[in-house]
Amino acid sequence: MILTAPRPTPTFDAVPHPAAFRPKISVRKLWMTFRPKTKEAQPVHVLEDISLDVRDGEFICLVGPSGCGKSTLLNILGGFLQPTEGDASIDGRAIHGPDPKRIFIFQENASFPWLTVEENVGFGVKRDSEAEKRELVEHYIEMVGLTGFAKTFPRELSGGMRQRVEIARALAAEPDVLFMDEPFGALDYLTRLRLRQELIHIWQREKRTVLFVTHDVEEAVQLADRVVVMGKRPARIRAIVPIDIERMRDLDDPACRMLRDEIFGVMGLDHHGLRMSADSSSAIQINVAARRMYN
Amino acid sequence: MKDRLQSIGLPLLVAIVFVTGWHFAVKVTGSDIFPTPLMVVAGLVELAQKGVLVKYIVASLFRVTAGFLLAVFVGIPFGLLLGWFTPLTRAFNPAIQVLRPISPIAWIPVAILWFGVSDVAPIFLIFLASLFPITTAAMAAVQNIQLVYIRAARNFGITGLDLFRKVVFPAALPQILTGLRLALGVAWLVVVAAEMIAVNSGLGYLIIDARNAGKRYDLVVAGMVLIGLIGLGLDLLIRQMEKLDEVRWGLSR
Repeated sequence: MILTAPRPTPTFDAVPHPAAFRPKISVRKLWMTFRPKTKEAQPVHVLEDISLDVRDGEFICLVGPSGCGKSTLLNILGGFLQPTEGDASIDGRAIHGPDPKRIFIFQENASFPWLTVEENVGFGVKRDSEAEKRELVEHYIEMVGLTGFAKTFPRELSGGMRQRVEIARALAAEPDVLFMDEPFGALDYLTRLRLRQELIHIWQREKRTVLFVTHDVEEAVQLADRVVVMGKRPARIRAIVPIDIERMRDLDDPACRMLRDEIFGVMGLDHHGLRMSADSSSAIQINVAARRMYN
Repeated sequence: MKDRLQSIGLPLLVAIVFVTGWHFAVKVTGSDIFPTPLMVVAGLVELAQKGVLVKYIVASLFRVTAGFLLAVFVGIPFGLLLGWFTPLTRAFNPAIQVLRPISPIAWIPVAILWFGVSDVAPIFLIFLASLFPITTAAMAAVQNIQLVYIRAARNFGITGLDLFRKVVFPAALPQILTGLRLALGVAWLVVVAAEMIAVNSGLGYLIIDARNAGKRYDLVVAGMVLIGLIGLGLDLLIRQMEKLDEVRWGLSR
């Protein structure tokens, strides 16, 4: 059921060369168990046997029920947590701690409230020349649509604008990977919709690798090249669903709806997001698995 | 406009009622020791003419400033370190919690023993009085920093002293400022008490001296009025700092 084999999308060579393929991010047989704080408590198994390859420039969404461990996986890849077992590497090198080349974006906004927007965006910029730095900061402030707010403090901005500050700050550090942990989770519905569109535009221009955790299946279908579906804790990868639909995607598009329902099916939910009987859920899982193998 | 009228007019009204009440209370009881408000004003004028008014105010303010700044420079770094390194908190916190409830007034005999009747004794007392609120505020501020700020900074490759300078200190600043305000209030209380015993100048000395040398209660009350007004001024001064954008995010309102 664990489908990790790299699968080229139409944007890549029509004929894949497995030998030439080198994943940007590679996860192999990863396990994570949290040690209990007291002797009586049971250890908590969070991740079980996770394997995943991510191509350079790919947009991956991790979905799963809340508390399933998708954030834990992201934190391991971000270098904030050590896995109990298994390997995680980026560019072929094992992950040792956080790295400015891979920026993490948090759900609880982490833009520094004591700095202005431009000071925030400039925080991680690694350029020697002041002029270059200023240009870069301006560029990304414009990209996230905050022109005119350079001297403003985050306190004076809305939640959505603060999240843009954090995205701009991450991009300005010129990372090659962005880890986004439910970055739009705390925002209102309309703001969330708009920021998704903007994120796609930014990603299409910048072509960074993005790992995006969400519990919103529709969000995942709208954003991702591939959706990694995780089960309940301890989480395994239950399916990896490629979304081969041209962007920008309309969620009312039948193809989107079908993929959404397919993912719901893998999670054991019907198209209303309600729990199905065990039989039909496993039937769909087998269906999905068969489709992957056929590919 | 109505708000302004209220925020100035109402306190003024209360002051007028209070001062008038005070005046007639003295008249009705026929007290010849306790002064009327007018006698207090005359006392203030007398002090100003003798040239001791400014001298005493400056003396008190100097001691408070010296002791308070000393406490700021020791207390903030110490508190930041305590908050950051958990073993240090464990080691020092019990000692701090035992020393903290001892009133600075209780240290007066010890201060005189160590430093004699000089400026050093009250400065030491003010230092002690301010040190604990400042240290505890800085320590608690660091412990309360939102973890995402630290993680974000580490993600950008910020470590060591840079992490302290760029993230830990600014993130802790609003709460530290609240501690400073508290400490300055305490310092101003303590300087008066210390001056009553340990030195021969300042507003505290003015009060005790006016009483001992001829029961000049007009001067005693004049001293009290000055202490109240200057204390208010100091608090307003530190409140101005709370309006800065760098700390406003962390203070309610």
